Amino acid sequence: MRIEKPAQAGTLESNDIYVQILPNPREEIEIRLKSVVMLQFGKQIRQVAMQTLNEKGITSCILNLEDKGALDYTIRARIESAVERSLC
Amino acid sequence: MKNALGRDVPGQPYLGLQAIKRIEYKQTKSDKEERKDKVHYDLGSFIKTLALEDNMTLSFHHHLRNGDFVMNQVMAEVAKSGVKNLTICASSIFPVHAPLVALIEQKTITKIIASYVSGPVADAISEGKVEEVCLLQTHGYRATSIMSEETPIDIAFIAAPACSPDGNITGSMGPSSCGVLGYAIADAWYAKQVVAVTDFLVDVLDPEIPSVCVDDIVKVDRIGDPDGIVSGTTKITRDPVGLRIAKLTSEFMKATGLLKNGFTFQTGAGGISLAVAKEIHELCLDENIKGKFASGGITSYLVKMLEDGVFEELYDVQCFELDAVESIKRNPNHHKMSAAKYADIHDPDNIVNQLDFVILGATEIDLDFNVNVTTGSDGRIMGGSGGHADTAYGAKFAIIVSKLVSSRISVVVDQVTTITTPGETVDVLVTDRGIAIHPRHQALIDHLKATTNLPIVEIQTLYQRALALTGIPEKTQNLGRIVALSQYRDGTILDVIRQIDNID
Amino acid sequence: MLRRSALFMPGNNPAMLLSASILGSDCIIFDLEDSVSLNQKDSARLLVKHAIETLDFGNVEVVVRINPVSSQEWKQDLREIVPVYPDAIMIPKACKEDVEEIERFIFEIEEEKQLTKKVKLMIIVETAYGIETIVETLRCSRRIECVLLGAEDLTTDLGIKRTKEGHEIDYARAKVAMAARAFSIQAMDTPFTDVEDREGLVKDTLHAKSLGFSAKACIHPNQIDAVHAVFDPTQSEIDAAIEILEERDRALALGLGVFSIHGKMIDLPVIQRAQNIVDLARKTGKRK
Repeated sequence: MRIEKPAQAGTLESNDIYVQILPNPREEIEIRLKSVVMLQFGKQIRQVAMQTLNEKGITSCILNLEDKGALDYTIRARIESAVERSLC
Repeated sequence: MKNALGRDVPGQPYLGLQAIKRIEYKQTKSDKEERKDKVHYDLGSFIKTLALEDNMTLSFHHHLRNGDFVMNQVMAEVAKSGVKNLTICASSIFPVHAPLVALIEQKTITKIIASYVSGPVADAISEGKVEEVCLLQTHGYRATSIMSEETPIDIAFIAAPACSPDGNITGSMGPSSCGVLGYAIADAWYAKQVVAVTDFLVDVLDPEIPSVCVDDIVKVDRIGDPDGIVSGTTKITRDPVGLRIAKLTSEFMKATGLLKNGFTFQTGAGGISLAVAKEIHELCLDENIKGKFASGGITSYLVKMLEDGVFEELYDVQCFELDAVESIKRNPNHHKMSAAKYADIHDPDNIVNQLDFVILGATEIDLDFNVNVTTGSDGRIMGGSGGHADTAYGAKFAIIVSKLVSSRISVVVDQVTTITTPGETVDVLVTDRGIAIHPRHQALIDHLKATTNLPIVEIQTLYQRALALTGIPEKTQNLGRIVALSQYRDGTILDVIRQIDNID
Repeated sequence: MLRRSALFMPGNNPAMLLSASILGSDCIIFDLEDSVSLNQKDSARLLVKHAIETLDFGNVEVVVRINPVSSQEWKQDLREIVPVYPDAIMIPKACKEDVEEIERFIFEIEEEKQLTKKVKLMIIVETAYGIETIVETLRCSRRIECVLLGAEDLTTDLGIKRTKEGHEIDYARAKVAMAARAFSIQAMDTPFTDVEDREGLVKDTLHAKSLGFSAKACIHPNQIDAVHAVFDPTQSEIDAAIEILEERDRALALGLGVFSIHGKMIDLPVIQRAQNIVDLARKTGKRK
């Protein structure tokens, strides 16, 4: 499934993550990540983001993530929320 | 060579507490003959008269904190003379000292010795811009190394909030009053030449630094910005998690049985540490307990405790707030002390050795209770020991207070990035998710488990609890060149700090 | 389960959700209703869902306050939250009709998802209608474990002023406590809204306790300790209760039906109360 409509979720508060999901002209998922814990958890955050998009059946989008030290469950919740907002 | 904590270090390795040797100091300049006409009115032309040479060591104190004008003013003039390869021995360096970076880049300054460094100069060290290996010392060892001439000071520039025309200096008067000059005392007595830099020439009756120490006085317009002198970090936390940690800490302290008449206490100015002070304040008033003294850097809150009779005395090495500056002027039980009296390892009567409790923070603490407050977990310098290692060594209970996890970073790690304070001097870690006591206190652990509801767990358990929340962080190995050494209070080397890439 | 305090926490704040289990309250209520703005209802419910699924709350009871039946949100709240097994769902502005509708919907979810544990209910009575029909409401579902009086909304409904002394809610308090007791359901008192006034909080909680409430809702973590202090038995109460139970054992051994302590006849209600105090003391860790 392609993302056609931009949407966002989350905040820039500590322990949260701000998620923006946008249409991607190409048939692929592009994740752009900024994180306060990039060194320690950059890979893991990308992994969780990709997994969440896969579970939601998304095949094409640009996902902008600005992470303020969110735990995995928050990352999942915020991405799901952005996807649902985009699809509705 | 590997030291007692398993770290590969150059120089004199840390060999453990048992291996610390005592030394004697040489006589000082108490019977030196004083010059007359010490006062100069132009910093630039005065510095031209100094016999500056390459490779000299110049010292500064940090009582004006982030409001200090003196180090920047002096170094700008020194740089004009064209000397190179200077060592700066400053008790601390703050963001306000950003202009030093240019002097580092042009090799005027090639080595830094300090107890705490934050801001652009810290970044310059981390990024390898400082040519030689820098030293990060404890507050106590800075005094020790100056007095033992391990660190000979060629010229000490002493920012003097008030100075008499013959050179008597106090920190408690003047427009840039900072209360105490505890970290400048060793410099004043042991530097080959001492220059007071002041904006307030006045009679001083009760000097901290007597005129016999002072060779020259330079009158300038301003030595500092009062807004920067007062620290901005000294607020009791309002975060419920921090308050919970403070409550657990005070309950732990009470349960040790040492919180009774005559107890002694030190706490930093961090939000949780101050909240502990508040808990202890209320507990002492409720139960009519009167402590002997509180010590260290003094905040408004400790002044309030003194005035409420919770402590008989304060021993003040540095004032964090204006209330402390005011108190030290009027309250005879609020004493000034030098860094050596505070924490010199070779003074058996030093204040830290008399402490029952010290409350300290941590950036990281590992499974052996080693603590890092020097670098971030990325290895970048963002602080330093200050009195951390000194007080942890001296106090019966060195208590680390911290959230277990904040913004996905666990305070408990398998190995700290940089050892600031050896685990064998750390006693307790209090977090929001449990209290870990060093296993050498097994009898206390058993006692507290039997008689209290305190959530006492092993530090490994806290580590597992943290990982369950954060996931396992990626390990990064830094093989960059050594840019600084973490030096213990006896001068031995605890750890190395390596160059990091300049990345955002 | 020990439930002296229940702390409300906004459902859309990750930092707060993370700290929920360590603030000391017996129960936490993740709120999807009043503390979440209309345009964040969807996000809050997903965040709370994932938090419950992931985080270990230890011994702390986890409750989710859903949006009321009058809103657009309540069904989606239940669809997301019920399957992750919170300890209870809290129903705002409760009355018999709403509780029945919600219970039917929960039942559908439980059947459809083949959930292995039935979720409990906690209800808030906070309208004049809710207060006056409380007996019918409590009778209509066996899932109800606890009833919370919501005085803010109630006084708004009545068009009267809410005061610190709280005489205006005396009738409602008495009614809620009495009705709850009649169904052996716990009565939880309305929050005290001045979070800086500890003395006022203690006074208010003592008053509620005297009417039959055994818990109080909290809106700030700094209220928890004071609330516990009120509901926890004091050492002299514990000592007296232990003495009564020991005397009872002795009397039983001697085959005596009635006995007295310090000249006071001890009968069954007194023994029961002593037993309750000792049980509570054990749960709160005051007696091992």
